[in-house]
Amino acid sequence: MTVEESYLPRVGVFVCHCGVNIGGVVDVPAVVRYAEGLLGVVYSESNLYSCSSDGLSKMKVAIEKHGLERVVVASCTPRTHEPLFQAACEDAGLNKYLFEMANIRDQCSWVHMHEPEEATRKAKDLVRMAVAKAVLLKPQKEPEISVEPKALVIGGGISGLTSSLSLAQQGFRVHLVEKAPQLGGMLRDLGKLFPTNMESWELLAPRIEAVESHPNIVVHISAEVGAVSGYIGNFDIEVLSNGSVENINIGTIIVATGADNLEPTGLYGYGEDPRIVTQMQLEGLSEDELVDANRIVMIQCVGSRNEERPYCSRICCSVAMNNALLLKENDESREIYILYRDLQTYGTQYTPLEQRAKEKRVKLIKYLDERPPEVITGCDSLVVKVYNPLLNEVLDLETDLVVLSTPLIPNADAKELSQKLRVPLNSDGFFMEAHVKLRPIDFATDGIYVCGSAHSPKEIGESISQAYGVASRAAIPMAKGTLRAAAITSQIDEGRCSGCGTCIELCPYKAIQKDEMGIARVTSAVCKGCGVCGASCPERAITMSHFTNEQIEAQAHAALGRVED
Amino acid sequence: MSSVLVIGGGIAGIQASLDLADRGVQVHLVEKSLSIGGVMAQLDKTFPTLDCSICILGPKMVEVSQHSNINLITYAEVTKVEGEAGDFHVTVHQRPRFVNEECNGCGECANDCPITVPSEFNEGLGTRKAIYVPFPQAIPLRFSVDKDACIECYSCVKACSGQGKDAIDFSLEPRDIELDVSAIITATGMERYIPWRLGEYGYGRYPNVVTAIEFERIICASGPSGGHLERPSNGKIARKIAFIQCVGSRDQRVRQPYCSSACCMYATKEAILVKEHEPEADVTIYYIDLKVFGQGFQDFVNRARDYWGVKYIRGRPGEVRQNPKTLDLTILYEDTTTSVVARNEVDMVVLCTAMRPRDDTGELADVLGIGLDDFGFIKVRDPLTNPIETTRPGVYVCGCCHGPRDIPESVAEASGAAAKAAEVIWRKERAVNL
Repeated sequence: MTVEESYLPRVGVFVCHCGVNIGGVVDVPAVVRYAEGLLGVVYSESNLYSCSSDGLSKMKVAIEKHGLERVVVASCTPRTHEPLFQAACEDAGLNKYLFEMANIRDQCSWVHMHEPEEATRKAKDLVRMAVAKAVLLKPQKEPEISVEPKALVIGGGISGLTSSLSLAQQGFRVHLVEKAPQLGGMLRDLGKLFPTNMESWELLAPRIEAVESHPNIVVHISAEVGAVSGYIGNFDIEVLSNGSVENINIGTIIVATGADNLEPTGLYGYGEDPRIVTQMQLEGLSEDELVDANRIVMIQCVGSRNEERPYCSRICCSVAMNNALLLKENDESREIYILYRDLQTYGTQYTPLEQRAKEKRVKLIKYLDERPPEVITGCDSLVVKVYNPLLNEVLDLETDLVVLSTPLIPNADAKELSQKLRVPLNSDGFFMEAHVKLRPIDFATDGIYVCGSAHSPKEIGESISQAYGVASRAAIPMAKGTLRAAAITSQIDEGRCSGCGTCIELCPYKAIQKDEMGIARVTSAVCKGCGVCGASCPERAITMSHFTNEQIEAQAHAALGRVED
Repeated sequence: MSSVLVIGGGIAGIQASLDLADRGVQVHLVEKSLSIGGVMAQLDKTFPTLDCSICILGPKMVEVSQHSNINLITYAEVTKVEGEAGDFHVTVHQRPRFVNEECNGCGECANDCPITVPSEFNEGLGTRKAIYVPFPQAIPLRFSVDKDACIECYSCVKACSGQGKDAIDFSLEPRDIELDVSAIITATGMERYIPWRLGEYGYGRYPNVVTAIEFERIICASGPSGGHLERPSNGKIARKIAFIQCVGSRDQRVRQPYCSSACCMYATKEAILVKEHEPEADVTIYYIDLKVFGQGFQDFVNRARDYWGVKYIRGRPGEVRQNPKTLDLTILYEDTTTSVVARNEVDMVVLCTAMRPRDDTGELADVLGIGLDDFGFIKVRDPLTNPIETTRPGVYVCGCCHGPRDIPESVAEASGAAAKAAEVIWRKERAVNL
C-alpha cells in the first residue's frame, strides 16, 4: 500500500442496482459488504438507481453525515453518468475530482449476464481497484476561461446564412466565411423548391440581404479558413482572402460547409450523350430547351446505396418527384418514369409528393438492386432497359431525356477543414457529430458545431432547423461568458524534460510548445488530457493529472491482488 | 430574468429546456403526465448505436430536475395563453398527486397498496399499484395516487408514516399557476396509432400480435417479462417473429397517408434485439419501401441482413390468421419482387404502427391560438423557410408534434426552437434598453 498509514481519506462506496441491469446479475448486497472491508472505506450502501434524484440526495446526505472525503460509485458508465455524480459531490462540498467510478454494468453485468457468480467477483475487483485509486485522488482546479462572444460560421449556404442571422439576432457578433465570390451556396443552382414550389431566389435573396446588412455580421467572401488554433472561447482564426490574411479571435465555430453533388461519370452513359443529365442539370434547363422532351426517364440511386457509397442521399426521391411534377405542370402529356429502389419520401411534408406524382400519372417503377436499369446509347434514340418485377418482364423505354438522381457527396474541402479544426469525419466522409442520438449537431470538441448537409444530406427545411439548432448550441457558452476548463491535463516536470520534442509531434491538439529554454510547455486550456504525451515521453517527465502513475499503479496492484471475503 | 414556457417533457422538450436554462434563461417546463421522459423513456434501445434508451436519457432527465433555471411542473396542462411574443401571460392547471414533496420515492406505500391495475408505461403488459410512479427512473421521483383505482383503504398512509413521513395527503386540490413568459415552445410529441380498425392483422383479437411499442417493453430488461421475449399468450419464448411495416402509415383508409419516418429503422433495431436475445430466432420484416434516408441507416440495415440474418421481404401482408388451438399466426403475403404469393407461420407478429397526432393536439392548438395541418399535427408557418415556427409569432415547435421524425431530428430542432425563443428575448431586452 502506497498510502501513508498515518492519513487515509474517508471513502464512501455507493453500489447501484441499476434496476435489474446490475442487480439482476451481480449480488449487490455482497459487493456492498465487501466494499465495507476495504482499506479506507468508512461507509457503503446500495441504491436501486444511484442516478435518480433520490439516489443522488442520499449520496449527498451520506457525504455530509459520514464526513466522506472520497466517493466511489459502482454503477453504469462514466461516459454518461460521471458528470452527474461529480455534480452531486460538488453540491455536498467535495471537489469533483475526489470522485471515482467503477463500471460494473457495461463492463460487468451486461457482458457476464450468464455468469452471476463470476460477475459478482469481478464487480468486487472493480470496486477494489476504484477504491485503491480513490484514496490517492487529489482535488483539481478547473481554471476559468473567458468566452469571446463572437462566432465563426464557415459556409454561406442556406445553413450558414440562417445560423449567422440567428446568432446576430441573439446579440452575438458573427464572421461568416464563404469560399465562393457570392453567398447562397448550392441553392443558387436550384429552381423551384419543394414542398411549396418557392423559387430558390425567393428564399435566398431576403436572407442574403439580411445577413449583408446586419451590423453584427462581417461577411468574408472568396475567403477560406487558414490556420486554426486555440480552444472554445478563444479560437484564433486566420481568414484568407485575395492573398491577404486577417486574424480573428472568436469564441465558437459553426461548420456549415454543405455538400457537393456527385458527377456520375461513367454511370448510365453519362457524358456519352447530351440527353443524359443529372437532376441538378435538369433544374438549370429552360422549358424551351425541354420542349422536345416528351418521354423522360429518371433513375434513382445513381452512385449511392452501393458498396462505394453505402448511404442513401435522402433528398433525391423527393427531388425527382418534384421535378417530374414540374415537368408535368408545363406539359401534362409528357410521359415520365421514375425508376427507383425504395421510395424515400417520408413524413408529412414529403410523402404527399408521392401521392401527387401518382395522381399525375408519373410512372414509378421499382428496380431490383441486382438488376439495375441499362441506358443504351449510340443510336438515334435513347433507350432505357429495366426489369419490372411486378410484370416480370424487361421494359424497353425509348426516351428523349434520361435524368440521373445523384447523391450529395462530402464537400471537396471537408477533409482539409476537418484536419484544421481537428474534428472527425465519418466513414462516408461527412462531418461526424458527438453522439448520433443526443448530440446530433455538436462535435465532440467543445465549441465547434455542425449543421446542414456538411453532416449528411438534408432537405432545405431540415438544414434550416439545424442551422437554428447550432445557433442555440453555440450561443450557450457565449451567453454565459465564462467556462470552466477541464482539469485533466498533462503536467511537465521541467527538471526531467530533455526537450526532445516527441510530445510536441504527437499531441493531436497542438497543445504543447517549446519555451525559450527548449523545454516543453502545455497550454492547459487546449490540452484534452488524452495522455498520448505521457505515454510516449522517454524521460517519464509527463504526468496526467487525475491519472498519475501512482494512481494507475495502485489500481493495477489492486487488480492483481484479489482479496477474498 | 426573461423566461420561456416549454410544453411537453419528452426528449424534445428536455433538450429545448436545457439549452435555454444553460444560457441563463428561466424555463417553465410543463408536462402533462406524472414524469418527464416521453416515449423515449419507454424504448429499450435506440438505433443505430443500440444505446440503452433510458441510460442515455436518464442523465438528461436528472439534469432537468436539478437545474436551478428550470421550474418543472408535472401533471399539468396549459389552459390559457394571452398576450403576444415577448409578453405572454399563461395559466397552467396542475392536478393533485395526493402525495406532497416530502415523498422520497421509497415505494413502501406501493408495496402495501392492495390494488393492482395495468401499467400504462408497460403498455398494459405489466401492472402497477393504485399509488405508483410510472417507471423507476421517473422525474420527479414522487409517487401519485390514481384516484380512479384507489379504494381509500389508507394502507399507503400507514406505510408512509412507518417510514417516519407524512407524504400522502388526500386533501390536495388542483391549482392554477400563472406565468409570464417571453416565448413558448410546444414539444408535445405524438401518439402511437393503435390498429383496432385494421382488422386484417387481428390486433386486439390475437394475443400474439403486438405493436412495436409493446415489443419495446417486452424486450426491455426492466419490462414486465424481464427482457425475455415471451409470447403474451403463454409466456413461451418466441422463436419466429415477423415485423409488419406501415401499419396505419401510408394508408388512406385511416387517413394517414404519410410515412412515419422512423419505423423501418426501429423495426430493424427490434429485429436485431430479437437476434441478440435469441440468436437462433427466425426474423422477417415485411416492408413496402425500406426507408434508409438517414446517416448510417443503410449500414445498419446491411448489418441486420448480413451479420444478424434478418430477412427483408418487400410486400405488405394482406392478412394475419390465428390457429385457434396453438394461437400461432400465419402471415399471408405477396413478395412483390418476385410476384410470389406465400404464407409464413410465426410465433409472434409485431405491427410497426404509425405516429399520429396526440388526441389533445386540437385542444392545445385552440389554447395557444395556432393552426393544425391536414393530418392534425401542429402546422408550421412554412415548411421550407420557417420550419420551427407555428402560425402564431413567439410560439415555436419541435419534435413529433409537427409530424413524425426520429430522435436526432427532434433534438436538433429542439435546440433550434430554443434559438428562436432566445431571439425573442434579445429583441425584447434590446427594446427595453433603447
